[in-house]
Amino acid sequence: MNYSRIALIALGATLTASLIAAPVDEKLVIDGELEMTTVAPSPEGHPLPEVRSGWHYRTETTRALEADSFENPGMLGVEQGEELWNTVEGTAGKSCASCHQDAAETMAGLGAVYPKWHEASGKPINIELQINACRVNNMGAEAYKFDKGGQKPLTAYIKHQSLGEPVKVSLEEGDMQAWWERGKELYYKRTGQLNLSCASCHEKNNGKYIRADHLSQGNVNGFPTYRLKQGNLISLHNRFRGCIRDTRAEYPAAFSDDLMALEVYTTWRGQGLSVETPAVRQ
Amino acid sequence: MMRKIVSTAIVALGMTGLVVAADVTAPEDVKVENLAISASLTGAPGNAEEGKNVFSNRKLGNCLACHANSDMADQLFHGEVGPSLDGAGTRWQPEVLRTIVVNAKEVFSDETVMPGFYSLDVGEDVRKDLIGKTILTAQQVEDLVAYLSTLK
Repeated sequence: MNYSRIALIALGATLTASLIAAPVDEKLVIDGELEMTTVAPSPEGHPLPEVRSGWHYRTETTRALEADSFENPGMLGVEQGEELWNTVEGTAGKSCASCHQDAAETMAGLGAVYPKWHEASGKPINIELQINACRVNNMGAEAYKFDKGGQKPLTAYIKHQSLGEPVKVSLEEGDMQAWWERGKELYYKRTGQLNLSCASCHEKNNGKYIRADHLSQGNVNGFPTYRLKQGNLISLHNRFRGCIRDTRAEYPAAFSDDLMALEVYTTWRGQGLSVETPAVRQ
Repeated sequence: MMRKIVSTAIVALGMTGLVVAADVTAPEDVKVENLAISASLTGAPGNAEEGKNVFSNRKLGNCLACHANSDMADQLFHGEVGPSLDGAGTRWQPEVLRTIVVNAKEVFSDETVMPGFYSLDVGEDVRKDLIGKTILTAQQVEDLVAYLSTLK
């Protein structure tokens, strides 16, 4: 009796898993009013026929969490980011708001065009590094260490001001094209004892299950992302490092040239998708 | 008393060491001919029961991550990245199964995403403590091959 019941449950779970194997064809509408672009035509030179948000690959429950900003646990981080925005820090006695006033206006659309070329450093810059540059140069505060202090919530708050805006990273400025090339090389580089590249899972096998995990295209339009597994906002560079670590390889430092190049390239791969920060994933 | 236990342990360890050195084929010495590795890597047949554990254990082969296997219907979440291994023992001779486990690139192509489980033909930037090490031991490969051969 017990055995047959267990067998039935197992059968049910297997059936469920195979029934939801294909990414769902549904619309993500935040709070019933903001329609998100979660499928977009591929930019020229993209290897996949269309770009698709990781939202489509998640369970119904997880998808529903993201669609409701009161339920979305990542919104707590965004609220914390708003407080940080208005908090005076550093020797200059300034907060972000002292110069940038209302983020809803001054930061609108910004999260969709980062990373972007930064002439002064001769490199691409992302939101995290832009925050640090502001803290050091304009506020007289210390730079946030990777994933520490307010880095994740403040980044999430700033990117959230572009919620729904289509990602459009520009490769025209400065040497962005060269950084894109470098990122592409890394994307296809097989690493570690398991000998896997980003493409092994997210290009060749997206849409398939690897054990209980539904492989997505690995688009980055929702970062920092709330991961249920970790119960926390997870930054993009943390995720990059985790993925590379899982191939049993040594992994680059956060904001290293390698990972900045990978950010440029992977952001481009999701060109046209709405910024979803904070997305909710498994 | 303590000393006795320790010295017994050392003797036992020494004996194991001898056995290993004598019979196990090192990954760099494995010879593939016509897609087959003809001889057992340990010089002895594997244990299918142990191999079943190597197959499912996430810290060992973790084969279930990518392959479905009806023989393990009691386990949830079979992967879809590779083909189902139902009937693997009928499709392939043990000698070819051994090659696929050791280094699937020798049987399929360099494009396969399947890791080489007893190969030093690995990716770049391997974690420092794993350099020169294989995912599975020769014994685990043989146990796994014995198990896969039972999937008819």
